[in-house]
Amino acid sequence: MAAKKSTKKPNVSADELKAYYKDMLLIRRFEEKAGQLYGMGLIGGFCHLYIGQEAVVVGLEAAAKEGDKRITSYRDHGHMLACGMDPNGVMAELTGREGGYSKGKGGSMHMFSKEKHFYGGHGIVAAQVPLGAGLAFADKYNGNDNVTFTYFGDGAANQGQVYEAYNMAEIWDLPCIFVIENNQYAMGTSTQRSTHSTSYWERGAAYGIEGEEVDGMDVLAVKEAGEKAVAHCRAGNGPYILEIKTYRYRGHSMSDPAKYRTREEVQKMRDERDPIEAVRNMLLTGKHATEDDLKAIDKEIKKVVNDSAEFAKESPEPHLDELWTDIYATEVPQEA
Amino acid sequence: MATEILMPALSPTMEEGTLAKWLVKEGDTVSSGDIMAEIETDKATMEFEAVDEGVMGKILIAEGTEGVKVNTAIAVLLEEGESADDIDTAKSEPASAPVPADKEQSSETAPAAGMSHPEPDVSPDWPEGTTLKQQTVREALRDGMSEEMRRDESVFLMGEEVAEYQGAYKISQGMLDEFGPKRVIDTPITEHGFAGIGVGAAFGGLRPIVEFMTFNFAMQAIDHIINSAAKTLYMSGGQMGAPMVFRGPNGAAARVGAQHSQDYAAWYMQIPGLKVAMPYSASDYKGLMKTAIRDPNPVIFLENEILYGRSFDVPELDDYTVPFGKARIWREGDDVTIVSFGIGMSYALQAAEKLAEDGINAEVIDLRTLRPMDTPAFIKSVKKTNRLITVEEGWPQGSVGNYISSVVMQEAFDYLDAPVINITGKDVPMPYAANLEKHALLTVDEVIEAVKKVTYK
Repeated sequence: MAAKKSTKKPNVSADELKAYYKDMLLIRRFEEKAGQLYGMGLIGGFCHLYIGQEAVVVGLEAAAKEGDKRITSYRDHGHMLACGMDPNGVMAELTGREGGYSKGKGGSMHMFSKEKHFYGGHGIVAAQVPLGAGLAFADKYNGNDNVTFTYFGDGAANQGQVYEAYNMAEIWDLPCIFVIENNQYAMGTSTQRSTHSTSYWERGAAYGIEGEEVDGMDVLAVKEAGEKAVAHCRAGNGPYILEIKTYRYRGHSMSDPAKYRTREEVQKMRDERDPIEAVRNMLLTGKHATEDDLKAIDKEIKKVVNDSAEFAKESPEPHLDELWTDIYATEVPQEA
Repeated sequence: MATEILMPALSPTMEEGTLAKWLVKEGDTVSSGDIMAEIETDKATMEFEAVDEGVMGKILIAEGTEGVKVNTAIAVLLEEGESADDIDTAKSEPASAPVPADKEQSSETAPAAGMSHPEPDVSPDWPEGTTLKQQTVREALRDGMSEEMRRDESVFLMGEEVAEYQGAYKISQGMLDEFGPKRVIDTPITEHGFAGIGVGAAFGGLRPIVEFMTFNFAMQAIDHIINSAAKTLYMSGGQMGAPMVFRGPNGAAARVGAQHSQDYAAWYMQIPGLKVAMPYSASDYKGLMKTAIRDPNPVIFLENEILYGRSFDVPELDDYTVPFGKARIWREGDDVTIVSFGIGMSYALQAAEKLAEDGINAEVIDLRTLRPMDTPAFIKSVKKTNRLITVEEGWPQGSVGNYISSVVMQEAFDYLDAPVINITGKDVPMPYAANLEKHALLTVDEVIEAVKKVTYK
């Protein structure tokens, strides 16, 4: 397949490339499996798949260090896998089982991990944006050099609270990277139909926030931009905006008839810009890996994903007593 | 091994659909993500993608078939080296739905009120002989916040005009000087945004006090109060929550019109995950504020502008706190129980005084917190007086009094000698004109009249 050729030599080792390939493939296969389990009725309600957008989270996680935080919307499975959360726990939450990250009480849109500094999984479009700025506020208050990756989509980018958060993040110099995952469709409404100026990152200028547009189908470009943004924030220069142009292959959620775009448009993106195929080609043409090496990785990923599905099916439903737990805390949860 | 492809459920409610069109035929190679078929539901036509790769071995359901049940095998996918002859089509029954883990479990283990005591706690708020000083609600509130900020570095105050202006209602007077701009923070006028930042900071381990200049403006931020702050502990399976306080004046002030004169007690009281305090006296403002700041949950602290300037006895104790869920009996009596909270208490107490002149002894209970609510306190009282009046400034439909009435009906029905009366504000937006505003609010006379009605006097 004809992946877009990177114009410059990637500054990345073979091992790193392989790791990105593996991490992206895990998300893709996991999401395909989730779609399958949804079709079988094992996953209910809303289920928003991340297929096509894998390079965004994998590239940015490559720029993060221990202690950095991340928060996102309801299209959150990819973010969780990319920051190292256990696929078993994620899949079991999707099936609403005891072994899930939220003991089955959160579902696809609401998972969290103190250990991995993943703060959700939020179902109200753009609510995570001020929340992310608040996480960054806490780090600044505590005087450490952590940064917070605050992810939201092009749809959320039109919400008022995003700009309230921009304004305060800038006047208070919060170490927050606002990551706009522009997949070009807010549910079924294209950016062209929903907004006059579709270059979302430029809106930061009104608040004095620097930013840039990034090719979200190129994991190395995302990583490079992520490193720049992280350096900016860690140095105490306040927030930074990354508008990452990406594409989701699947519908907004599982019940999306996808009539707002042509099948050809989706197919063209898959054929020409697939982020996983691109890295695969880099690995093969750069002789960093053989077809057999990649097959072995594919097999390994397939097993992880199948195991997670097995775990998610086998894990029991939560005990009915769980209905009444976790409504009130009796002590303050300790920061991990 | 051959893989059966099952009829997918394409929405949460889909049970069957029409297999409108096959886009692959037997013998085709498919890889994951390829569109295999179009499925029609009653709502839409949707494309169905392959998950596994392989060769299309056999199509089991022909295109155009209607009413295909979800999870019926519709085709068989072969792996490398398999042939269509290997296919055993006998096992094409719908896969079974997940079985509940334990059907015998009972959901009757609900800790219904969770935080209420079977017997009311009627111990005094401070020991006998404690020195008391007269203090305004305003000063007591500031002292409560300041003491906690001295005690815990992670506590900070944010809101509009809280720092340099010294508080729109002067609640935070002097706090900027003492704690500095890192901990007393002026925000832009963006309630939605700064409430969200406050909740995020609480997720991140801080203990924010978010001041709303008035709770009317918190409607802009109510999504963060409820969806982000109150629900996260539950949604995260107990992993993280928002230990913080949302505070500010609530209810009518004077002559500020409909948009600035609403009582939100009943709104917030409804939300599991929130705690709600609505104090009346200065000592309670102080003691409950200290408890609220220390509480590991989001607390709504509903203040009252008219009360800010009133003085009450406040105990001179080093660390005076008032527990949540413990009502205060301001006046004991045998003839009728009057339950109120917040500024409603001033109407209740004035009415009780006048009623005493007529020989009617009212027991006046200040709930102090609405969630948790000290239901045993008023149940016990009603069992003694057999009559109940509730008093609040908010609107009648879905009022706090409505809830109290239902609790009393369920738990003390046989003790009631008269219907419960809920005295509330009138069911109208607050008017501006002085005479109209006076009539929109409740009055002491209305409380007296209600008491006379239930005591048949």
